[in-house]
Amino acid sequence: MNNPTLYGLLAEFTTPEALIEATHKAHDMGYRKMDAYTPYPIEEVGHALGARGTRLPYIVLAGGLVGAIGGYLMQYYASVIDYPLNIGGRPLHSWPSFIPATFEMTVLLAAFAAVLGMLGLNGLPQPYHPVFGVPGFEAATRDRFFLQIEARDPKFDLEETRKFLESFQPEKVSEIERYKYPG
Amino acid sequence: MQSSEMLGKTPEVQLPAPVIGPGYTYGSVTDKISSLVLSRRTPLAWFVAFALASLGTAMLFGTIAYLLYGGIGIWGNNVPVGWGFDIVNFVWWVGIGHAGTLISAILLLFRQQWRTSINRFAEAMTLFAIANAGLYPLLHTGRPWFDYWLMPYPNTFGLWPNFRSPLVWDVFAISTYATVSFLFWYTGLIPDLATLRDRAKNPLLRILYGIFALGWRNSAAHWNRYHAAYLMLAALSTPLVVSVHSVVSLDFAAGIVPGWHATMFPPYFVAGAIFSGFAMVLTLSIPLRKAYGLEDFITMRHINNMAKIMLVTGLIVFYGYMMELFMGWYSGSQYEEYLILNRMTGPYAPLYWALILCNGLIPQLLWFRGVRNNLLVLFIISLIVNVGMWLERFVIIVTSLHRDFLPSAWGMYYPTIFDWTMFIGTIGFFLTLLLLFIRVLPVISIFEMRELVPESENA
Repeated sequence: MNNPTLYGLLAEFTTPEALIEATHKAHDMGYRKMDAYTPYPIEEVGHALGARGTRLPYIVLAGGLVGAIGGYLMQYYASVIDYPLNIGGRPLHSWPSFIPATFEMTVLLAAFAAVLGMLGLNGLPQPYHPVFGVPGFEAATRDRFFLQIEARDPKFDLEETRKFLESFQPEKVSEIERYKYPG
Repeated sequence: MQSSEMLGKTPEVQLPAPVIGPGYTYGSVTDKISSLVLSRRTPLAWFVAFALASLGTAMLFGTIAYLLYGGIGIWGNNVPVGWGFDIVNFVWWVGIGHAGTLISAILLLFRQQWRTSINRFAEAMTLFAIANAGLYPLLHTGRPWFDYWLMPYPNTFGLWPNFRSPLVWDVFAISTYATVSFLFWYTGLIPDLATLRDRAKNPLLRILYGIFALGWRNSAAHWNRYHAAYLMLAALSTPLVVSVHSVVSLDFAAGIVPGWHATMFPPYFVAGAIFSGFAMVLTLSIPLRKAYGLEDFITMRHINNMAKIMLVTGLIVFYGYMMELFMGWYSGSQYEEYLILNRMTGPYAPLYWALILCNGLIPQLLWFRGVRNNLLVLFIISLIVNVGMWLERFVIIVTSLHRDFLPSAWGMYYPTIFDWTMFIGTIGFFLTLLLLFIRVLPVISIFEMRELVPESENA
C-alpha cells in the first residue's frame, strides 16, 4: 500500500509553539515513530515526543569509575609491585599522593564516555540520512521547526497522516524519500 | 555609545543590560554569525594581524629549532635558578586558559545566560593557551623526543613515573585539561558545524564542514542526549579546572624553597588564573567585537560582568600577596623573613613593586562603573593585568630560587635573547591560532544564541 521508498512525512513549522502542539497531538493520536528537528534544544519537544530519560549518565558514571579504579590501581601496581622506589623512607603505598592522578583519570574517562556515549547513542557519525534529501530541510539549522512521522509507524497512512499534519497549518508537508541507488 | 544609551533610557530602574541586542530573529542571528566565516569580506585588520602573528610564530619555531640543536643552555636558567622563563611562561599560559573553562562550564551550571556569546571564543582561547603552555615543560626536558617517557606505560626498561612527585601530577592534570577542553569545545561546535554545512555555498566547504559535523541533523532525540552530555561535561570540567592550577601550584608548594612552601598556594593560584584569564578574554574581545561589529552579541553587560569578575579575583590575589607578607613574618623562619625582604628590597624589587601596582592597585579602578563602561580604559587595564600576572609568576619563581638557604649558592637570573624570542613567539603563535579560528569557525555559539532570541524579541 505505501510506497516502499517512502521514509516518512515531514511538516515544517515557523514557531516552536506550533511544533510542540502538533507533536503533542500526534503523540496523543498514537504515533510513536516520530522525530522533530529544531534549531536549538527545546525540552518540551522531547517531552511531547514521549522521550524518556537517557542512559547517558550511567555510561558517564561507568567511565568515571573505570578511570578512578583503573587510575588508582595503575599507580599502586607501578609504585608498590612493579617498581618500588624508596623516596625518603615514605611508604610505597602513599595513597594521598595517588589522589591527583586518580582524579584526573576519573575526569578524563568520564568526559570521553560523555562525548563518545552521546555520539554513539545518537548513531553519529552518520554521513547520510533520508531527511537530508528534503528540499528546504537546511532551514532546520536556521529558523524552522520540523516534525517527522516515519512510514514504519503502524498507524502511518500516507493520506491520513498527511491530512493530520496539514490540520496544523504547517508551511508545507513533504515526503521523505529513501536514497535510491543509481541504476 | 551603548553606555550612554543605557544611562539615558531608564536611569531609575536598575535592569541589567540585555545579553543580546533588540530585534533579532532565529534567522538573523544565524546569518549574522555564520556570515563572519562564510560570506563577509575578511577585514583588512585581520590580514595585518595575521601577518604580524605569523612573524611571531616563525620566531617561535625558529627558536625551537635552535633549541633542539643547541640544547636548553641557550636559555638563561642555570643553577641556582633552574626554573626561569620556561616555568614562568608555562604557568602564565595555563592560567590564561582557566577563564575559558570557567565561562563555559561554571557559568553554564550557574545558568548565567550572558556566558553564551563569549564561551566559544573563550574555549578556543583556552585550547591555544594550553598548547603554548605545554610547549615549555616538554621542551625543558631537554630531549623532547623522549617526552613519551612521562606517560605511564609498560616498557622494556621496567620503569614507571614516580607518582609521588607533583611534576607527574602535572603531566596528568595538563594533559587531561587539554583533552577535556578540546572535547568540550568540539561538542559545542557540532551543531554549529552543521549550520555552516547547510549555509556554505562552496561545495568543498560544505563537505569539510559536513565531515566535522558528523551528520548532525538537529533531531530532538539527539538534542536530548546532547544536552545531557553538555551538562555533564560542564560538571566534570568545573572541578577539573580547579584541580589544574592547584596541581600546578603544588609543583611549588610541595618543595621546601622559601616563598613556595605555603598551604595558601592552590586557592591563590586558581584565583590568579581566573584573574589573568578574564583579563585575556577582555583584551581579545574588545577589539574583536569592534572589528566584526558584534556589539549586539557581546554587549556592555558582558564587558561589565567580566570586569566585575576581574575585580573580585584581583582582590583575592591581592589578599594572597598580603598573606605572603604576613606568613613571611609569622613563620618565624629567618629564610622566609629574608625572602620577603629580598622581594621588596633585593635586586628584583622593581618587578615586585610593579606587580603590586599592576595586580593590586590599578584593578581597584574597576570599582567605578564609569571605568567598567569605558572600553579603552578597560582594554588598558586588562593589558596591565596580563603583565601583572606574568610578573607575579616571575617574582614567585625567580626571587625564591635565586637566594634560598646558603648565601654561597646565591646567584642572579637573566633571560637570554632566546628566552624572549620564544616568549614573544608563543604570543604570536597564540594569536595566529586564534585568528585562524575566527576565520574558519563560528566565533560565537550560534545554536545557543538562538535560544536567547525570545529575549531579543521582547526587548
